[in-house]
Amino acid sequence: MKLTELDIGQIARIQSVGESPFKEKLQEMGCIPGSLIKPIRKAPFGDPIAYELEEYTLSMRKNEAETIEIRPLDPLFSS
Amino acid sequence: MADNKDLKIVLAGNPNCGKSSLFNSLTGLKQKITNVPGTTIENKVGKFRVDGRKIELIDTPGTYSFNPKSLDEKEAVKVFFDNPLPDAILYVADAANLKRNLFYFSQLAQHNIPMVLVLTMLDIADFKGFEIDVDRLEKELGIRVFKINAREDEGIAEVKRALAQNQFVPHYAFGSEEDHTHESHFVSINKLLNKTTTLKSKRELVSNKIDAWATHPILGYFMFLVVLLVIFQSVFSLASYPMDWIENGFSLLSEWLTAILPDGWLKKLIINGLVAGIAGVVIFVPQIAILFFFMGLLEDTGYMARVSFIMDKMLRGLGLSGKSVVPLLSGAACAIPAIMSTRNIENWKDRLITIMVTPLMSCSARLPVYTLLISMAIPSDRFVGIVSVQALLMLGMYVLGTAAALVAAVVFKWIIKHDVPSYFIMELPVYHAPRWKNIWINMWQKSRSFVAEAGKVILIVSVVLWFLASYGPRVNESFSIREAPQLEESYAGYFGKAIEPAIKPIGFNWKIGIALITSFAAREVFVGTMSTIYSVGDEENFDQIRDKMRKDTLANGTPVYSIGVVLSLMVFYAFAMQCMGTLAVVYKETKSWKWPAIQFVYMTVLAYIGSWVTFNLFGQ
Repeated sequence: MKLTELDIGQIARIQSVGESPFKEKLQEMGCIPGSLIKPIRKAPFGDPIAYELEEYTLSMRKNEAETIEIRPLDPLFSS
Repeated sequence: MADNKDLKIVLAGNPNCGKSSLFNSLTGLKQKITNVPGTTIENKVGKFRVDGRKIELIDTPGTYSFNPKSLDEKEAVKVFFDNPLPDAILYVADAANLKRNLFYFSQLAQHNIPMVLVLTMLDIADFKGFEIDVDRLEKELGIRVFKINAREDEGIAEVKRALAQNQFVPHYAFGSEEDHTHESHFVSINKLLNKTTTLKSKRELVSNKIDAWATHPILGYFMFLVVLLVIFQSVFSLASYPMDWIENGFSLLSEWLTAILPDGWLKKLIINGLVAGIAGVVIFVPQIAILFFFMGLLEDTGYMARVSFIMDKMLRGLGLSGKSVVPLLSGAACAIPAIMSTRNIENWKDRLITIMVTPLMSCSARLPVYTLLISMAIPSDRFVGIVSVQALLMLGMYVLGTAAALVAAVVFKWIIKHDVPSYFIMELPVYHAPRWKNIWINMWQKSRSFVAEAGKVILIVSVVLWFLASYGPRVNESFSIREAPQLEESYAGYFGKAIEPAIKPIGFNWKIGIALITSFAAREVFVGTMSTIYSVGDEENFDQIRDKMRKDTLANGTPVYSIGVVLSLMVFYAFAMQCMGTLAVVYKETKSWKWPAIQFVYMTVLAYIGSWVTFNLFGQ
């Protein structure tokens, strides 16, 4: 499942980061398999999107978020 | 280390980790900005002494990794290839966001350089429920670790002492012998944090609540607009006082010099060339400083990142990015520091387009020109409803400049070919109360870079133009120089007349032609030139110039400065590239004459066409 398919507030774990010119940038910002991520807010017009990534807020554009594969956590643990 | 040699220590860390605060706390105001030769890239160096050792602390721009993405980050990493290598690294990490902050640390730890780790933002970490076991962290890493509060100067003395005495190379293994991928480093960081930190509770930060407003689809833009209005209103009202003092100060200086210096060309060079040139630079400092104070405030508190966030989508369509907001807004003060602030834009094309269009934003040098022309053409008692027409026209000039910048961006987007896609992967930092010390220092340094970069150019051009306006060719004797009795007979006067056929279609006469030429020092020189043309020998006075220009008539009795001419002139000043200082900075930032040349040509063509259209629309 792609990161962009998550609803606001739904927590997921990152599975993999796909190849792209900005893969390295995403990784050094902490988008690493296993990291917890949660979309918290969309900019006007729905793009870019702000995510809570582990301990901080990261903003990325839709097309960047699309390269990230995630697995949603059990809804019981989501907030 | 037994010997007592001076130490060279590099300060490193992620953006928004409180690095500047620590740097300012450690070095106070004893900072020096050194320019890297051939570029405008700046290294901040501060010195302090502890236990009899001299420590030279080099600040680096905030960086997320050892693989730099932007020009800023390239500079940050360069110090680790210096010769000699730094004696130690002082690494600053945000305790509330330790995992990501330790990634760059883990890369630097591979370099066999002693390190000291400093943890900041403990109040936020505490609020979030993080507990960090510093003793355990010291044991695991094998280096000294300190908790500090730069705002209150807590822990600073201990850090200083540790830098002088206890330097250890970290021995924690990040990744493994053969595996140094990003992933393997993060695995090691996770293991480290599992041993040294505990998460007690999880509470929502106030930041998120503010963001619900700041990034709201309607309220977000409204808030930004209000912030802009407040800033510009303050810039104008606050700056007018120091500007008056500066003006009075320089006229006193000129009077005093007139009285004490012996007559001759040197006296005129000093008073009309040098002093006038320096005054032309200094007069802008209040407006520029106040605008940078506010820009610093917005960046320091974290609000600017939200502006980038809500503006990104719109600006992307125009070939810019959310990160172009800061340079474009700074352009309203002065294009020179604005262009220098594009260095954090990673994508070359985004950055280049931002550089190319920023000078179209109405900078403070255009203001005196607009003020003179508007007050001349529009009576101050004319209103539309309750809004004065003068104010409306001034606002219109700002809108015109901004619109031109955005349209130009679209055009450049189509013209410039560049394959690397741009991205907008950006941290939204937690909101902070303003750290005033950082803001003051930032304001002071930006203003200084304006005086240093623009000042040199403006001063030289002022002196050259003084010569051209004061001397002219002797009649009938080519190649000999004489003092021109009137501006009309000076070299500048001849140039003005020479270009008259070219500027006639847009409504300008040779007098305006002279002013266009002298404006290459700085646009506001227009006002001084006009006063010279219209009041040879008279005391300079704004009202007088305006009245004299108003009374100037053509042969058929109609005024020279008709509404068509005045508007055409304003449009010309809005668009034309008349700033040598900006061209010089664009050359340095792009490392090629190609871009300043293109910028000069496109803006001048735009100005000419814009003026021609205006002149023909509003009657001749």
